[in-house]
Amino acid sequence: MMNDQTDVARREESKAEAQAALMCPVDVFEDATGITLLADLPGVPKDALHLQVEAETLTIEGEVSLEVPEGMEATHAEVNLPRYRRVFTLSRELDTEQVRAEFRNGVLTLRIPRAEHAQPRRIDVEVV
Amino acid sequence: MYRSLFANDMYAELDRLQREMSRAFEYSPSIRGAVRGGFPAMNVGGTPESVEIYAFAPGIDPADIEVQIEKGVLTVAGERASALPSGDTKASVHIDERFAGSFRRVVTLPEDADPDRVTAQYRDGVLHISIQRRETSLPRRISVQ
Repeated sequence: MMNDQTDVARREESKAEAQAALMCPVDVFEDATGITLLADLPGVPKDALHLQVEAETLTIEGEVSLEVPEGMEATHAEVNLPRYRRVFTLSRELDTEQVRAEFRNGVLTLRIPRAEHAQPRRIDVEVV
Repeated sequence: MYRSLFANDMYAELDRLQREMSRAFEYSPSIRGAVRGGFPAMNVGGTPESVEIYAFAPGIDPADIEVQIEKGVLTVAGERASALPSGDTKASVHIDERFAGSFRRVVTLPEDADPDRVTAQYRDGVLHISIQRRETSLPRRISVQ
């Protein structure tokens, strides 16, 4: 029991220690069939993008990788951390099994459909 | 509202706060106005041989980016269309943070930058402009007789 607790504590510690990251700007919009999310992740190559859906948490992470000539000294940096991270809480009616992702020119497009049972249904109002 | 569903990124918040503080107390801001916070974000660096500029402009067709050097000033301009659904569709916008519209940013180049030897590459949403320095400005060792 004791051990378990220290393990948990350690895990949380290492999570808090996770390096600082930039928050990437996003657009999120929703229509009748689901949610579309766009995120700006400039400088992240395809293989350095990490998407994770765990329970109801969506995590977007990307490592910036730039071609920098040897011996370059930065004089001005607005992108001053080498990674982006952003976490969203999803809601239950979204079908996380069916998430589609596309990544092009540094823009991630995620399509998260609503679960079948959560698709909108027209409800007839009966006037009595 | 979906806005309240965000898990706040503490580090990013701190970073933003720090940036705003430094902007408020900046001793000598550039004559071209706000140095930070514009689109595209820019990183500038240099080596003894070249000046390196990185413009973080994701989601743009490279053919639509205008890069110009005139009288020692580099201009990066272009336009990024909004990805949000237009008003007539049945969709609701929950978060609207990404830049949309036309942009223009200028960077004053060091005097020894050679406008005739420039390369510009667009990869993963980053425009990398490399400008060679004139050779005369390379440090040269002078032997003492």
